[in-house]
Amino acid sequence: MEMDNTTFGLTMLICGMGGTLLTLWIMSLVMTALGRLFPEKAEPKKEG
Amino acid sequence: MLEAILNGLGGLVAGFQALALDWRSIIMIVIGCILLFLGIKKDCEPLLLVPIGFGCILVNIPLSDLMAKEGFLRVIYDAGVDTELFPLLIFIGIGAMTDFGPVLAQPSTFLLGAAGQFGIFLTLLMALFFGFTKLEAVSIGIIGACDGPTAIYVTSKYAPHLLGAVSVAAYSYMALVPVIQPPIMRAMTTQAERATVMKYKARPVSKTTKILFPLVITILGGLIAPKGLPLLGSIMLGNLMRESGVVSRLTKASENEIANVVTLFLGLCIGATMSGAAFLRPQTLIVLGLGFVAICLDTVCGILFAKGMRVLSGGKINPLIGAAGISAFPMAARVVQREGIKYNKKSYLLMHAMGANAGGQVGSVIAAAVMLSVLAGMGIIS
Repeated sequence: MEMDNTTFGLTMLICGMGGTLLTLWIMSLVMTALGRLFPEKAEPKKEG
Repeated sequence: MLEAILNGLGGLVAGFQALALDWRSIIMIVIGCILLFLGIKKDCEPLLLVPIGFGCILVNIPLSDLMAKEGFLRVIYDAGVDTELFPLLIFIGIGAMTDFGPVLAQPSTFLLGAAGQFGIFLTLLMALFFGFTKLEAVSIGIIGACDGPTAIYVTSKYAPHLLGAVSVAAYSYMALVPVIQPPIMRAMTTQAERATVMKYKARPVSKTTKILFPLVITILGGLIAPKGLPLLGSIMLGNLMRESGVVSRLTKASENEIANVVTLFLGLCIGATMSGAAFLRPQTLIVLGLGFVAICLDTVCGILFAKGMRVLSGGKINPLIGAAGISAFPMAARVVQREGIKYNKKSYLLMHAMGANAGGQVGSVIAAAVMLSVLAGMGIIS
């Protein structure tokens, strides 16, 4: 049975927007983790 | 002999006769000229509007058959738009040009890039209300990604007959971001909110993080939304080449030669879809109207999300940066900076807005990818 337009639109809104928010939130966590795992090291001062 | 001469001369005026009989072609040639005027004289996205405008004029000159089988524009269209190759090649160039450093320095701004995509889904609902089919509504909603290549990729795949209208709407409204966004930003925020100074601590990002970012995002995003992997993979490939620093020739070719050639062909092809019969329909006006609404809704939802973050952070966030969570990079970030400084000379929002804007760029691709995967999950696309 074909899905009606209202059900389709609301499903897209919930799954699509929810999925986008969730995916980007997971990605922001991954980026935070990457930043902590591989911090920028200060360059050693050259002597002389 | 005289008859042969008259017939021969008739061939020279046949184009004029055909044009006189088809008012739609005349209007479309005028529209093509307007697009050229906007690109050349007003500097609105000239790289796209000049080839689009010229392609529009070409395809509406009667009897030229440029979009007929084996016509010059049809060959380019079939090779690059029908196969979805052109938007993906442009994405490699965009990835090669984009520095995701600001968003890596402040990963929380990534979420603003998600909020800026609300317009896509709300517009999709509105398009359904206006009687468009499901896949047409998806293609119209994607204008809200504020991202030309994404809109072209999705539309050429699922509603190719709307490609001209959707592309023109996407690129025109992107160029109009500095005009569309400021009134909404002012209407949605108080003077005190707009004047909020956000401190920026430049957190350095290591090269390893910058190299791992495109890899991790590709694998993670590809697993969550495999249908959108061509979009995500191509932008991240470009970025990996940039950040690795070992393939500078490929990076430069992607952001210059390849992107330039593809932009030319893509623009011509979009213009070529704007024949009078296909473009001059009430449907086109509705698509243009809904596209405008989509960009406005993106801005509204981005600002509302930033207001929520402001509450949670105890008033440390200036909600104007929410408006930068769209894909128009770096234009939206500059608009935020310009608006912020109007209300507080000490306010320097650019780096925060750049983070949100880079997030918006990835966010628009992720939104399209998620959308395609949800459609596949529902069995609407294969």
